[in-house]
Amino acid sequence: MVDRLRGRTKEPVTAAPAQEPASPRDAVWARVLLARNARRPHALELIAGIADRFTELHGDRLFGDDGAIVGGLGRIDGRRVVIVGHQKGSDTDENIRRNFGMGKPEGFRKAIRLFELADRFGIPVVTLVDTPGAYPGAEAEERGVAEAIARSIMVMCRIRVPIVTVITGEGGSGGALAIAAGDVVIALENAVYAVISPEGCASILWRTSEKAPDAALAMRMSAADQLALGVIDQIVPEPGEGAHADPAETARRLRAVIVEQLDRLAALPPDELMAARMRRYRDFGAFDDLGGPEIPEAAERQGLGDRLRRALEPMGTRIGNFGAREGRDEPPAREEV
Amino acid sequence: MPITLPFRPRRESYPPDMWTQCPGCNEMLFNKHLDKAMRVCTSCGHHFRVSAPARLAQLLDSGSFRERDAGLVSRDPLGFVDSKPYPDRIVAAQTATGRRDAALWGFGLLAGRRIAICALDFGFMGGSMGSVVGEKVTRAAEAALAEGIPLVIVSASGGARMQEGTLALMQLVKTIAALEALRAAGLPFISVLADPTTGGVFASFAALGDVNVAEPNALIGFAGARVSAGTIAEELPPGFQRAEFLFAHGFVDRIATRADLRDELTAILDVLAPPPVAADAVPGSVRRG
Repeated sequence: MVDRLRGRTKEPVTAAPAQEPASPRDAVWARVLLARNARRPHALELIAGIADRFTELHGDRLFGDDGAIVGGLGRIDGRRVVIVGHQKGSDTDENIRRNFGMGKPEGFRKAIRLFELADRFGIPVVTLVDTPGAYPGAEAEERGVAEAIARSIMVMCRIRVPIVTVITGEGGSGGALAIAAGDVVIALENAVYAVISPEGCASILWRTSEKAPDAALAMRMSAADQLALGVIDQIVPEPGEGAHADPAETARRLRAVIVEQLDRLAALPPDELMAARMRRYRDFGAFDDLGGPEIPEAAERQGLGDRLRRALEPMGTRIGNFGAREGRDEPPAREEV
Repeated sequence: MPITLPFRPRRESYPPDMWTQCPGCNEMLFNKHLDKAMRVCTSCGHHFRVSAPARLAQLLDSGSFRERDAGLVSRDPLGFVDSKPYPDRIVAAQTATGRRDAALWGFGLLAGRRIAICALDFGFMGGSMGSVVGEKVTRAAEAALAEGIPLVIVSASGGARMQEGTLALMQLVKTIAALEALRAAGLPFISVLADPTTGGVFASFAALGDVNVAEPNALIGFAGARVSAGTIAEELPPGFQRAEFLFAHGFVDRIATRADLRDELTAILDVLAPPPVAADAVPGSVRRG
């Protein structure tokens, strides 16, 4: 994967989405490639354009400092903010140092620390999301990357200050969501957001990562599709061929939107802010309530033998039949995020 | 439709054969005995996976479980199609399990104490969390909050359900937000991690128990071991992502065998939770492993 990621930096700049490619599959894949473009402005570059002044803070106070997640104190158009973002590199050396923007537990715990700092001092939070996903290595598991992500989301549900989230590039699964549970979620036009990388999805469901463009289409990764789903609230258009064509203009456009959202959220009383945040996330889900109990067991209409056996079976309570439906102990392939 | 003889157990009622080979020690186990032993190998202690209803029957006071929201069923918000459409996968899983989705929740008594409980079923699309699982976990937490009772969630899941895309991802925030409200109200949440608990389920509610209890040798981790080993050319340490690995690194409080689990939870809630109404009715229920 490191080789593949390295390869990314050499990828040619993809054609502008202005001249829409023929199929929707190619169109969404073009956006995935744009979102991953190494020349696309990353967090520190965007922060330099958005903030009047930025002081980076380092370390999680528990283990170390993660180069893949940056954060600190700043001002945006005079407003105090705490900014946290994923940091990819723009060349191979920096990408190795930044771990391709894949957060480790210490990175998420640094984010937690900064969120709590913001809460304590009543400072609004801005998060910039751009990651292929959390780092999937053994050391990350040893230090509890899942716990760090879950805790970070929990702290975002707790802090009583406005949170403005911007998906600037790749919104990759839990590693992205760990700093993306904002009051409002904005995305750049060519950003993508998904529950799993298209390669990962394709290799599980299609058994080959070459079907990644199909997976990207099926998961509706594009910012426009995510807007339709309500997962993001607003799209900021990118200049020219994409954000990499004019990073300064991209930052200028983002700055205007962030300021507008910060002011809107700052006007809300904290109780209303929290209630709105809880409502935003409580409402996600697409299901129906068919009412009534479980599916009637019509599918297994009982023969005389079954009925006799059931009548004689002492353990056959409604929920207690341990033996029922447990033939397969090694069920189908795992699904992963 | 295959022809079935009247006195031969049907596939839906019993496994196709009477014996199960233990993957831990290769012993052939008589299925009836295996069920009596809570589906734990009597010779090597291997914990077989259990369905959500069987889990609740093992944990709760006999007959005390009252299911809620059994009618919830997923829509297909993305119109997702891989080798077959998502609705077809749901129907296939429903037919195989007799349940509408991969979680069930309700109220029950644990040694006389009323709790809200939710259990995930790995047999239904890998126990994956889509809208229905997220909603049931959330409603269980909200019900615990409304009644001022403890919450227990038994996880067995591969993670978020890819077929629901970012809506599945948003269930991480939804469930965690409900747990945060429980935490703020001072009500205990115990997370039981069974084999396997991975991906977005581990990276949300399952990791956040006030007390985390795992079953022996359960696979618990964030990234799939295949991903970890394949993408990062690293040698994986022995026992990687097993319950004992997490215990050694400080992410689970206890590893409890299935036979002890009920007593362990009882002992923990006895200290953390406000006393149940009928506390006097359950003397001598505390035991330490």
